Amino acid sequence: MTPGVLNTLKERLAREVGDASVSHGMLVLVLAPADLLGIVQRLKSELQFDLFLDVTAVDWPGQTPRFEVVYHFYSTAHRVRVRLKTRVPEADPAVESLVPLYGSAHYMERECHDMYGIVFRGNPDLRPILLYEGFVGHPLRKDYPKRQEQPLVPYRS
Amino acid sequence: MDVKLPNPVRSAFEKTERDDTVIVNIGPSHPATHGTIQIIAELDGENVVRADVHCGYLHRGFEKECESHTWHNLIPYVDRLNYCSGLINDFAYCEAVEELMGIQLTPRCKVLRTLLSEYSRIADHLTCIAASLMELGAMTAFLYLIMIRDFIYEHLADLTGARVTYTYGRIGGLARDLPPGWLSRLEEILGEYEIFVGRVHGLMDRNRIFIDRTRDVGVISTADAINWGFTGPILRSTGAPRDLRKDTPYLAYAELDFEVPVGIKGDNYDRYYVRMREMDESVHMIRQLVDMLPEGPINVDDRRCTLPEKRLVYTEIESLINHFKLIMEGPQVPAGDAYVAHEAPNGELGFYIVSTGTGTPYKVHVRAPSFVHMGGVHRLMEGYQLADIIPTFGSVNMIGGECDR
Repeated sequence: MTPGVLNTLKERLAREVGDASVSHGMLVLVLAPADLLGIVQRLKSELQFDLFLDVTAVDWPGQTPRFEVVYHFYSTAHRVRVRLKTRVPEADPAVESLVPLYGSAHYMERECHDMYGIVFRGNPDLRPILLYEGFVGHPLRKDYPKRQEQPLVPYRS
Repeated sequence: MDVKLPNPVRSAFEKTERDDTVIVNIGPSHPATHGTIQIIAELDGENVVRADVHCGYLHRGFEKECESHTWHNLIPYVDRLNYCSGLINDFAYCEAVEELMGIQLTPRCKVLRTLLSEYSRIADHLTCIAASLMELGAMTAFLYLIMIRDFIYEHLADLTGARVTYTYGRIGGLARDLPPGWLSRLEEILGEYEIFVGRVHGLMDRNRIFIDRTRDVGVISTADAINWGFTGPILRSTGAPRDLRKDTPYLAYAELDFEVPVGIKGDNYDRYYVRMREMDESVHMIRQLVDMLPEGPINVDDRRCTLPEKRLVYTEIESLINHFKLIMEGPQVPAGDAYVAHEAPNGELGFYIVSTGTGTPYKVHVRAPSFVHMGGVHRLMEGYQLADIIPTFGSVNMIGGECDR
């Protein structure tokens, strides 16, 4: 990765984003949930981050806000990645959906919703994807016990 | 048993859009679904109008399980993500941890990891092409390709002790060095590869039946492929030369001479051909890597992750304690997060790891190419015939282990 591109991007975005830093060769932007859609729109249209790679969350129980939603984008033109982080509270774990911008957001947001209960406002289809219909809770939250079982079909004894 | 069992999925559409179409369920357990995937399709005659793809039948809580083992203990587990090329998963995961720890690999380890990654890529592509050709009835091509794959599996078993799930990567190095004679057998297998893949080219490339089933079927444009998150051979088959080995070189790829094969229209035939050409490039790379393989240690000299020599563990108290700490508490990875991506045979395989400074990961997230591809695969099916789902699905090479985690 060329550090030149990273620094240019950092300078261009630092004015709008409070916290921009380079960590392990990747530009990391920390922003408020309300700014997310605007920044992603700029990343896509002006800075050519055309590939939406990944969305996941990190659960930090005891901290407020509790959930950190982490996005990764890749620019096939600049060949760099950028990571976006935003914090959402436990009471209203909601962010704007990126479905209007990227098709791949459909499935990846469904997975994040499954695992952490993050609500992506604007994603029309948040049905379970890796879990099954009627699963109670969100297994990757730290307060979901690892050994808890909820079989869909009763075990044969 | 007359108990009505609950349905694990809720279809995106219960009713047909028109009154002359029908809804058909395909899978999850079907020989052509490669693992377990369910496709609910609305058909107009033979044509697929809409498709709703469900995965998750192989979900086993990989990411949850990772949070209660040491960093080292996860290596056998990441093997089972893409079980056709377990070594690439090993190396990508280890590199993510090494990135956080700030470890530089030894030159020999770097070259060996690159060599084994390319070797695994051949095995993975062979599996994918063989299976999708067999589903079209090409049994001879299947047997030729699977035979070479089995040579590779047996050869990797000589090195690692296992045919499929190798557990060969280590944080900061590899489990063991090459056994004697391994490289000469490697050259023999590459020779066999060239003979038999040449025959498959002869059997398939200009085969009327094969072309009719794959040309202009499952077409996707570059812009659509990027929008739907496709990476790897699927993106390259549309004509975009995007390959992480060239674009963001890691391991020893910057020192190698290789081409990035691309397709012309992004259909099933292009995906077949891109994979065939990529295997040739891998062979070319392996030969360069064998020539440049340096002597020296394969593990870094770093107490934080490398186990001390067994001889020292039995004779010195410092090494005994070091060994005990590494096994019982795990390598202490500095707090922080890192995302490391390798070009896996199917596309971008990324590991996003979060550490709080202990011997156990706080979070491990896998950006599995197969899972993202399943989000866009309906685009390759809609508008084509029901029977086209089979070659299309074969050319996407969904791997249940990494898709469902």
